[in-house]
Amino acid sequence: MQVTYIEAIRQAMEEEMARDPNVMLLGEDVGVLGGPFKASAGLQEKFGPDRVLDMPISESMIVGGGVGLAVQGMRPICEMQFIDFISCAFDQIVNTAATLRYRHGGQTACPIVVRGPSGGGVHGGLYHSQNPEAWFFHVPGLKVVAPSTAYDAKGLLKAAIRDDDPVIYFEHKFFYRRIKEEIPEDDYVVPIGQAALRREGRDLTVVAYGPPFHAAMKAARDMEKEVDIEVIDLRTLLPLDWGTIKSSVRKTGKLLVLHEARLTGGVGAEIAARVAQDCFEDLDGPVMRLAARDTHTPFAAAMEDYVLPNQDKVTEAIRKLAAY
Amino acid sequence: MTEQKDRELYYWLCLVREFESRISALDKQGKLSGGVYSGKGQEAVTVGFCHALRKDDWIFPLHRDLGAFLVKGSDPKRLMAQIFGRRDGFSKGKDSYLHGGDMGNGIFGATSMLGATLPVAAGMAFKFKARGEDSVAVAFFGEGASSRGDVHEAMNFAGVHRLPVVFVCENNFYAYSTPNNLQFAADSLAERARGYGFKGEIVNGNDLHSVLDSARKAIARARKGEGPTLVECKTYRYHGHSEHDRAEYREQEEVITWESRDPVMLWEVYLGMKKHDVEAIRTETAEKVRRVVEEAVAFAEASPPPEGPEAMDDLYAMPIDTEVP
Ligand SMILES: Cc1ncc(C[n+]2csc(CCOP(=O)(O)OP(=O)(O)O)c2C)c(N)n1
Repeated sequence: MQVTYIEAIRQAMEEEMARDPNVMLLGEDVGVLGGPFKASAGLQEKFGPDRVLDMPISESMIVGGGVGLAVQGMRPICEMQFIDFISCAFDQIVNTAATLRYRHGGQTACPIVVRGPSGGGVHGGLYHSQNPEAWFFHVPGLKVVAPSTAYDAKGLLKAAIRDDDPVIYFEHKFFYRRIKEEIPEDDYVVPIGQAALRREGRDLTVVAYGPPFHAAMKAARDMEKEVDIEVIDLRTLLPLDWGTIKSSVRKTGKLLVLHEARLTGGVGAEIAARVAQDCFEDLDGPVMRLAARDTHTPFAAAMEDYVLPNQDKVTEAIRKLAAY
Repeated sequence: MTEQKDRELYYWLCLVREFESRISALDKQGKLSGGVYSGKGQEAVTVGFCHALRKDDWIFPLHRDLGAFLVKGSDPKRLMAQIFGRRDGFSKGKDSYLHGGDMGNGIFGATSMLGATLPVAAGMAFKFKARGEDSVAVAFFGEGASSRGDVHEAMNFAGVHRLPVVFVCENNFYAYSTPNNLQFAADSLAERARGYGFKGEIVNGNDLHSVLDSARKAIARARKGEGPTLVECKTYRYHGHSEHDRAEYREQEEVITWESRDPVMLWEVYLGMKKHDVEAIRTETAEKVRRVVEEAVAFAEASPPPEGPEAMDDLYAMPIDTEVP
């Protein structure tokens, strides 16, 4: 069936709620409204107001409450109306949820999912464009995923809901209705922790997630005659799939990491550092990164475009690396 | 009140309404790219409070309080440029709508994070008090935002230090689609003030007289060092949460009921009862506000959009080179 990225998310929640009565959704305007982007359209009607809960504007309550529910065996999905507001729940995520199992010596699981629309490119300004995954990438005890296809959006959300650890699920709002693809009718999951090798190539490896991943795929097709590019879609950021990344770099000898989040302290920094250390003997060029400039994501179009990676910047970075 | 004051207040109500109507129209024509949060129907709250303030007082408007900018003294042209995301806007295009404050006029720009301005307002009020200044901070917030922890923290601190701050809750009965009964269980939000050790009151937020009366008293108390006040203004937004929201979660009957208590209309009734020539005032005011808004739009459209590299400006006091080659 042909579905959009946002519909894949909705289906994942609907199917998981139907499969497991302990799965529930907590968020602002998720019930009657079905969410501002219709991610939960029809779910309250189907599962009732105790399983699809319209919450007060209280992100800390949404996540903290989710932990309480989880300790009782429920599997709450905690929705941030925009992922930018996850900062309002930061303490509950990094201190309550991420340490729960650890500080109880393994006595309890913490099966919560925190999800919401992330990312820029839609003129959303400073607070409707953020990509805050690096804040959570730094926290042991959390898992972090960022799907870039409708297939993965559904499969990763299902895996996240079934996972016994807290998962932060970043859904890029630019993809919501722009990505539409054929996905299976049958139940499937995309395992957390596995990257996808989307295109095989010999000359250089591009590791990416989010919109720059699609730019890399396009560049790989457009530049086919110049350079043979291997493209890896990370899908999961924490834990990273080092096996897939390293074996690709060992083959091609060159690595470019792309993400829409800021450069400094981003996920790419960790990948670059590890690859530089572990694959030193195999490298034929510097490990390169392309990411957002180190500023906020501004509102006005020209500035936003200047800050975020785009097709031209990706193509240029590939060309630069290929030249080594 | 003098006839001049009566007319002045009417002018502000009409200017805010005209300004917002124009923005909604521009949004429909696809001329604006950010979200638009119309405050149509709630004008009396911001007009009343801001009119009762001095230039050296500070306000902390919420996302719907465009009118607060106008009445507190912002240049309509710059405000419109802000909404267009142009270089002459308060944030020079860096953020949309009301996120850029107008510091010269005592207007603090809010982030999107609801309720986050209240601790800032309380901090500012602490300075006023500690330095013996008689300025006042007025923080607006929605009843939805009242569920945030920041709101509690701010009120608690303000109560402890009896700060010169007024907390104005605009209770328009819906936070996006969420009705009051899913937001809080108390009969009113004003009641909460007692728990923080200061005064709370409920006001008819569509009636400019009531708002003015309450605003003057609360601001005077704050100025005299008698501590904070929480004022809950009951009002209603006519439009959806944003211009994209069709607001199907509420009954048309309810909207009509509130439209029949329209703040501009109520003020016209008052002008009529005072035997002013309402027809003449209406025509004259309409012409005046139309001109102001027209000029503001022309200015905003002529204001240059920022160029890409300007995205790196205004991050630090002394620019640091983040992109060492
Ligand atoms: C911390 C936070 N959570 C969620 C949102 C998304 N959001 C924007 S406005 C809004 C409703 C606000 O309701 P209220 O505070 O009553 O003000 P109103 O819009 O009714 O004027 C929501 C949920 C936000 N801006 N900030």
